[in-house]
Amino acid sequence: MTLPSQAFQDDSLDFKELKFFPDLPKRYKIDSVFKFASWAAVVIALSVLSILLIEVAIDGLSMINWQFLTSYPSRKPADAGILSPIVGTIWVMVLVALFSFPIGVGAGIFLEEFIADSFLENVIEVNIANLAAVPSIIYGLLGLQVFVRWLFPLTQGRTIISGALTLTLLVLPIIIIATREALRAVPGSMRQAGFALGATRWQVVRDIVFPQALPGILTGTILALSRGIGETAPLITIGALTYVAFLPPLSLEGLHSTFSVLPIQIFNWVSRPQQEFHLLAAGAIIVLMVLLLAMNGIAIYLRNRFQITR
Amino acid sequence: MVFNIQPKQKVFLTSLAVVSLIATACAGNQTTTSQGTGNSASPAATTAPSNLSGSVLIDGSSTVFPISEAMAEEFQKANPNVKVTVGSSGTGGGFKKFCNDETDITGASRPIKPSEVELCKKNNIEYIELPVAFDGLTVVVNPKNEFAKCLTVPELKKMWEPAAQGKIKSWNQIRSDFPDQPLGLYGAGTDSGTYDYFTAAIVGKEGESRGDFTASEDDNVLVQGVASDVNGLAFFGFAYYVQNKEKVRAVAIDGGNGCVEPSAETISNGTYQPLSRPEFIYVKKKSLERPEVEAMAKFYINPANANLISEVGYVPLPADIEQRVAVRIAERKTGSVFEGKGSTTGVKLKDLL
Repeated sequence: MTLPSQAFQDDSLDFKELKFFPDLPKRYKIDSVFKFASWAAVVIALSVLSILLIEVAIDGLSMINWQFLTSYPSRKPADAGILSPIVGTIWVMVLVALFSFPIGVGAGIFLEEFIADSFLENVIEVNIANLAAVPSIIYGLLGLQVFVRWLFPLTQGRTIISGALTLTLLVLPIIIIATREALRAVPGSMRQAGFALGATRWQVVRDIVFPQALPGILTGTILALSRGIGETAPLITIGALTYVAFLPPLSLEGLHSTFSVLPIQIFNWVSRPQQEFHLLAAGAIIVLMVLLLAMNGIAIYLRNRFQITR
Repeated sequence: MVFNIQPKQKVFLTSLAVVSLIATACAGNQTTTSQGTGNSASPAATTAPSNLSGSVLIDGSSTVFPISEAMAEEFQKANPNVKVTVGSSGTGGGFKKFCNDETDITGASRPIKPSEVELCKKNNIEYIELPVAFDGLTVVVNPKNEFAKCLTVPELKKMWEPAAQGKIKSWNQIRSDFPDQPLGLYGAGTDSGTYDYFTAAIVGKEGESRGDFTASEDDNVLVQGVASDVNGLAFFGFAYYVQNKEKVRAVAIDGGNGCVEPSAETISNGTYQPLSRPEFIYVKKKSLERPEVEAMAKFYINPANANLISEVGYVPLPADIEQRVAVRIAERKTGSVFEGKGSTTGVKLKDLL
């Protein structure tokens, strides 16, 4: 389709010959058809989601009580709970956030602000984009070899810290990409204004670009962490355990404790023959979802907070 | 306003950076303090009912997992200072970790394979093989299926052998008096010990079967498949059949001595052949020197704990076999009675031990 304005600039075309039919009824019709299609897409997506949620809620809500949240897994469905998987999930997610935020945001700033448009940046960009698409189990295999086996003296094997480092690798590309998108959204004129005032590149990044981009960076980070929280495959691969009936000590020693996480517990319960375990799995899914929503809630809160102060 | 970070924001950002720095520094610190301790045993409290402490690492077959979980749960109640953890990375994955000196005990739904024997030998891992329970692979059909009451091993072979692919599609090709209805086959995924054992017992060669069947690692999917397919047939562990008796019907198996229905009794006394199979744990000999591992291994085969095994859907070993297994621990008898041949079928455990 040739836009009239483009045609106007093109000297080879005589714009008087271009005929413009303001066929309004037809265009409005196409408009409404597209509007309907968009609505249908939303309705289909949401209804699939709500069917899933309702089904899980019907099965799982009655399972959730104080005993379920504060007991260890058990062979008896009536006694079984998810204390150790919840605590394991929280430990891992906090560590992943601590590791991945500084590294991911730092890498994003470096790529976008310091070596933008260089050959090196292009090479790294392609690689990071590829890494973001690598299946998670591959990260698990990498984590097993590097963190569990080679770095055994550091990590003590299949421990919380190994799991957290593996998931950090998994979410890093997403955080880097999100950071770069957020930085790119900051208008170039702001940087130029900074430079014009005599600020160094680092000062411009620290005082102008980064604060502007922070809400976007935080949103991207939390979304990446939300992906990490639901991962089972890499953790099973590195050897996170399914039955753990103790909690990691709340100290540095906890980093070297063995652990389980909610997705692994859910996976295990779903594959058991007893119907009661399937219901417990539905309960655990709801808890996982609440954790996820809480994380997204924090993301929204942080974003709003930083936007208001700006 | 855009050109400066607000003081509030600055505090937040600085604290974020400090926290992450501390975390990294701590991770580094930890290296030097706990290097070489091997296990993360906490100092034992003296008030506990048992004086055992330390940790026992169990991994291996997902089929054996429910047994190990039940044992670990009760063992920890009796010995609160011992940390028992159980993983389920599959029989093959479990042996890889076991022979790499990463676990103390590994569960297996088939005997150790020659390649795994080699791997263990290479890393100087000596192990003691302990049968802990029986499972009966159960062949099931849809409850509406009126004709397939009993199938012989040759008939099952005809269904499942590689040559059947694309050719055996109807029930009347299995036996002429069966109706001409399409045959729907469902089976365990090819990575599982269950698949290995079934193919060894029925087809004759471990790991060989037709490829055009619906495979799933999740036995509940197989139950669903047969429950909704009138002409379906599937095989899976006895426990899944017991829990789904109203959805699927078990087929009696004729292994040459007449039709035998799978039940706790026929599986335990070895008459349900060739699909009755032992479940194992392999204990590392070096780990057995640690009292907590030895106590855990003995706990598995203690007749007082046999009810745990039936509770999770498996069939406990008869008392006389349990005694022989106990002797193996006491004598530290290493190696496999199956001589590393992988799945072996049709043998009675009693004769081997």
